[in-house]
Amino acid sequence: MEHLVPNNLNRRSVMNVNKIYKNTLVLISIFLGYFSYAFGIELNMYYPVAVGGPLTKIVDGMVAEFEKQNPDVKVNAIYAGNYNDARIKALAALKSGKPAQLSVMFSIDIYELIEQDAIVPFDDLVNTYEEKAWLYSFYPTLMENGVTDGKVWGIPFQRSTIVMYYNKDIFRKSGLNPDQPPQNWNELVDYGKQIVSKNSNTWGVMIPSTGYPYWMFGALTMQNNQVLMNGDGNETYFNHPSVVEALQFWKDLGSKHNVMPSGTIEWGTLRKNFLEGKTAIMWHSTGNLTTVKKNAKFDFGVAMLPESKRRGTPTGGGNFYIFKQSSDEEKKASMRLIKFMTSPEQAAHWSMATGYMGVSPSSYQTEALRNYVKDFPPAVVARDQLNYATAELSTFQTGRVRKLLDDAIQSALTGNESPKQALEKAQKSAERLLRRYQ
Amino acid sequence: MNTKISHHIYGWLLVMPAVILMGTFTHLPSVTTLISSFFSNETKKRPSIFIGAENYEYMFEDPVFVEAVMNNLWYSLGTIIPSIILAIIMALFVNSKLPGKTLVRMAYFTPTILPMIAVSNLWLFFYTPDIGLLDQIGALFGLESHNWLGDTNTVLACIIVITIWKEAGFFMIFYLAALQNISPDLKEAAALEGSSKLYFFRRITFPLLMPITLFILINATLNSFKLVDHLFILTKGGPNNASNLILYYIYEVAFSFFDFSYAATITIFLLVILAIISLAQFVFFDKRIHYR
Repeated sequence: MEHLVPNNLNRRSVMNVNKIYKNTLVLISIFLGYFSYAFGIELNMYYPVAVGGPLTKIVDGMVAEFEKQNPDVKVNAIYAGNYNDARIKALAALKSGKPAQLSVMFSIDIYELIEQDAIVPFDDLVNTYEEKAWLYSFYPTLMENGVTDGKVWGIPFQRSTIVMYYNKDIFRKSGLNPDQPPQNWNELVDYGKQIVSKNSNTWGVMIPSTGYPYWMFGALTMQNNQVLMNGDGNETYFNHPSVVEALQFWKDLGSKHNVMPSGTIEWGTLRKNFLEGKTAIMWHSTGNLTTVKKNAKFDFGVAMLPESKRRGTPTGGGNFYIFKQSSDEEKKASMRLIKFMTSPEQAAHWSMATGYMGVSPSSYQTEALRNYVKDFPPAVVARDQLNYATAELSTFQTGRVRKLLDDAIQSALTGNESPKQALEKAQKSAERLLRRYQ
Repeated sequence: MNTKISHHIYGWLLVMPAVILMGTFTHLPSVTTLISSFFSNETKKRPSIFIGAENYEYMFEDPVFVEAVMNNLWYSLGTIIPSIILAIIMALFVNSKLPGKTLVRMAYFTPTILPMIAVSNLWLFFYTPDIGLLDQIGALFGLESHNWLGDTNTVLACIIVITIWKEAGFFMIFYLAALQNISPDLKEAAALEGSSKLYFFRRITFPLLMPITLFILINATLNSFKLVDHLFILTKGGPNNASNLILYYIYEVAFSFFDFSYAATITIFLLVILAIISLAQFVFFDKRIHYR
């Protein structure tokens, strides 16, 4: 009965409370310790998706795999809309003082990011010989948009080129060889005419001119052996005769040869047009390949874009960037994540799941991708085309300069101005914008 | 004296939440926008400097801006009046004795409930050449396919149609409420006098709807400057700026060009225009409206 004495009880309960308190503290600190050990570093990463298909799931899966292999790093991969949205969100996060540590953003955002002093060059982050070699393990053409001022600022990840998808069934119906897509501009027009004359309600070719007109145009000008800008991003060549000629050809497809609808062609609905057999040929990002493969109810082929004076396409898509406002540890962890995501195995997996290309030659050496390519040869067209590829339009003031060119293209395609007029105007305005960067 | 002060404090306390909210989220941003329109754009490498009216001079020389303003005028004209007329007609229709009245009312109101982005994706496929709904219906009548959104002549009209379709149902609800407030005595009296339906509408119903019309007119005008969600999906202001509107251009300048000070300049322009319009509407219509 002693323990019923109030005094005693009081003392005991006080002791108990103390004990509980202490134990809780110990437990909390153990938990905290565990968490800080388990999630030593937390990385925020924005990434964009520009084509259809369940790409977010694929990225999340790759990130989960990375976390499993690197339990000390926690990655929040945040889907941030299309390329523009991703850039806006990343830069807004930067201004708010709570930046992401790394992001996948448009490869052509490089000058904007440098001007905002947002990113660090990878050259400052690699130390060992092995790491330096890693920097040069990617396809050189894919590095073009990521290198300026002699430094590497972006590592290729979801990269594409423009390829030509064509409907073999329509080719057969039109009396064309389904295994021989047009090789040059003349054939493109001739085949187109044959297709239009043999089929009612089917166009020969569609090249999208909304969304990313300058990108498609970069292919046409490269085929005409002329690039759109210099490597320092402070000069454009919009009024070069070869460029004008390329725009004239694009316009003529619609207004003169009648193998393409006149006016502009919507980027977003083009794939559906192709899948519904409304056009025999479409030019589109290789990032669509897997979706087209899944949804096409007809026999389709994928080929390199045709040539005028040579073959050509711009590369496209997103690069990894590492942000300046992050600690050294975070930068190191970011490097680990980027190395993982671009490793041959992951790049091969990514390429098969989406149609984007493997970013390094060694990814095509992996067994998985080798077998995939054997069964599905279109998967290597984009890679083979890299030999003829050039950088995507990217300059200082890139948003404005890009819009100037987009407007000029659309103005010519809709017949408001002649290609020469439109491009001269764009060039003049671009020169004014870029003067202070020279 | 003391009670007077405490009255003051009491009053200020009552308006405090509104003052704080309006101040932080409306007036303060307006003032900072005005200030930053007089400075050059800031990047990390080039600090912002005072440039006076340079942004404003550039604005009036900027061909894209001028085109966006012109487009916006047409867009306003094209959306405000038709959507109000349509709203009145629909309201009169569903206010009459009609079988399945609730169903029709709901049907008219549906476009308003749908998010603009969803609506745009829907209409994108209506307008798509060849495979779109519009062209498929046209094909039944032997019409040739038309590139609705890809043609500078038709693109703005296409955008206007969507906006009318979206807004008219919303305005209809207001008119419907107003119509049901009109005393049936008036109708009986007019019937006794032998006035025609049209005469009754012109001399009685419509004047009584004036206060609500003013409200809707202001809303429709503001919306025609504020509503640009569909451009993101449908045209991105193209082709060649043929469907670019002021607010969308502000977005482009701010978040695609990252020229925040120029974006601020255009914002001030938009603010001034809207202020003038709503002032004019209040002053002009107040004299002609019969409030009960």
